[in-house]
Amino acid sequence: MGRTRKPKLAVWKFASCDGCQLSLLDCEDELLDVVGAVEIAYFPEATRVSSRGPYDLSLVEGSITTLDDIRRIATIRKASKRLVTIGACATAGGIQALRNFKDVHEFVAAVYARPDYIDTLDRSLPIAHYVPVDFELRGCPINKYQLLELLSALLAGRRPSFPEHSVCIECKRRGAVCVMVAQGTPCLGPITHAGCGAICPAFARGCYGCYGPMETPNTASLGERWTALGVPPAAQARALRTFNAWAEPFRAAADAAAAAGKDRQP
Amino acid sequence: MKTRVFQREGLQPLLEALAEQFDRIIGPTVRDGAIVLDEIASDADLPAGWTDDQQPGRYRVGWRDDEAVFGFAAGPHAWKRFLAPPDVRIWTVRRDAGRLQFEPGRTVPRRDAFVGVRPCDLAALDILDRVYLQGPYVDPGYQARRQAIGIVAVNCTAPGGTCFCASMGTGPRAGAGFDLALTELVGDGRHEFLAEAGSARGEGWLDKVPSREASADDRAAAARALEEAAGRMGRRLDAEGLGDLLYDHLDHEAWDDVAARCLTCGNCTLVCPTCFCTLVEDRSSLGGESAERWKRWDSCFSREHSYIHGGYLRASGRSRYRQWMTHKLAGWHDQFGTSGCVGCGRCITWCPVGIDITEEARRIRGAEGTPAAERIRS
Repeated sequence: MGRTRKPKLAVWKFASCDGCQLSLLDCEDELLDVVGAVEIAYFPEATRVSSRGPYDLSLVEGSITTLDDIRRIATIRKASKRLVTIGACATAGGIQALRNFKDVHEFVAAVYARPDYIDTLDRSLPIAHYVPVDFELRGCPINKYQLLELLSALLAGRRPSFPEHSVCIECKRRGAVCVMVAQGTPCLGPITHAGCGAICPAFARGCYGCYGPMETPNTASLGERWTALGVPPAAQARALRTFNAWAEPFRAAADAAAAAGKDRQP
Repeated sequence: MKTRVFQREGLQPLLEALAEQFDRIIGPTVRDGAIVLDEIASDADLPAGWTDDQQPGRYRVGWRDDEAVFGFAAGPHAWKRFLAPPDVRIWTVRRDAGRLQFEPGRTVPRRDAFVGVRPCDLAALDILDRVYLQGPYVDPGYQARRQAIGIVAVNCTAPGGTCFCASMGTGPRAGAGFDLALTELVGDGRHEFLAEAGSARGEGWLDKVPSREASADDRAAAARALEEAAGRMGRRLDAEGLGDLLYDHLDHEAWDDVAARCLTCGNCTLVCPTCFCTLVEDRSSLGGESAERWKRWDSCFSREHSYIHGGYLRASGRSRYRQWMTHKLAGWHDQFGTSGCVGCGRCITWCPVGIDITEEARRIRGAEGTPAAERIRS
């Protein structure tokens, strides 16, 4: 490939738990290859070394929740040739987007002794709401193999392979037995984006939907099946309102289920 | 070819005879609440006394009243898992002093003995052979794996609620394509197997099992058990003229109805014993010194599967379900000279929302429409 210098990698954090950044450090066996292939120019979770932009690749974790975040992401975008969001917070607003369904100022007043110290936006929104994003890595947290695939693909100048189909296809590939069919366990796998390798169903748990909506999710049909399995609408709404609560198909389905749940109450 | 009868205790010597000639014995075993296909160490791993209850979108294992070893219907796994595995490395390439060195994936397959292959699944292997071996291009990986297997078929005496092999003409009795075919005879204090050899190799295995000559009564008992099984199929599919019928009703409202229920999750295609679609994926190392090309199971229910430059050919769930069903029941006849469906019922049982291909076909059959079959074929 005749690279003259190593590409500069920066890892940025917004409102998040750091888990996705840690997936990079979790690469263990591959970590030396990573630092051999790229120059880690900014990654406070891993090193105090900090070099100025521009950066060839910025990995962005977390959602935008403050005015300062909006300014910071704009600066990062300008300094980055490629910007890739990592994880459910950065791609869908994260678990903290649950605030979007309520008045955040009520939370602030209830939680903090001095609410006037807190300056926050009404909503937790994904990075792509504010700046153009070149690629999104799903998951809560992301899968380290997907991260390595992203880096390898960008370094080789090829398109990364990230299937957008259901978790079911991964589940069947690994030979797991469908928990919904064989055990009656409610599972979000059929409407959830692949990427995790179907970890939960392989351990006899229903999918929690960490990777958000798949390419063409039929949430209504799955909801009917969950109802037949005995899951009340309010519980269906809760299952959809987790890490990807603000992702449109999950949000709409949860809203519909929540409304149906209210109708049912005496 | 020999037909003999051996006692239940004869299964273990049979497995031992197989173990002498094969690297692995693959057969049914209970795991994760289902009767799956996996490596078998001895007859103790076989699901003696187990059975299953299968309905659209529902599968449960349970106990039988007897100790029948093969008293259950097709499970979640199909044999394609071993012949056309979910992830196959086609090749690896390395940079070596300025040159690219290519190295093929595994070329010497494991020798597998398949034990407990149902007649529907034998029919599926025959279909896969047509797809992979009898077209203009032969799949060398499949060919090598296929040539290395041995088959002990087991005729089906316990069809499930979603089975319809009798109406597809593929079961419950195995016609050909096996080394040995067993029929389990259980009840009234009897637990024996009628064993028909289908090859010299199968006869050789049978020679290592203590057995007696099959009497007319034994043969009659087996025939009766299989006749009863044919009458207990949970479903049927009227395949007569079905291909043309589907081509004639490509715009039928039934497709909208099924699309409203279809999750486009792909489960039906992955449990299907004949669905063969794959994608090809390239991987490269971080430093760029090596790369790999993989072939992985894919599904026509994935939107990406129909992506060509500029967009998706089958963007809607409606078009994807229609593609799958018309290909399976109509297009395969044109392409491979056979239906793609063997009536195993897996797609019905393992659809998370219980979509039933026999029911969908019945809806179309009840419909009027304009002939399109000729147009499509021309």
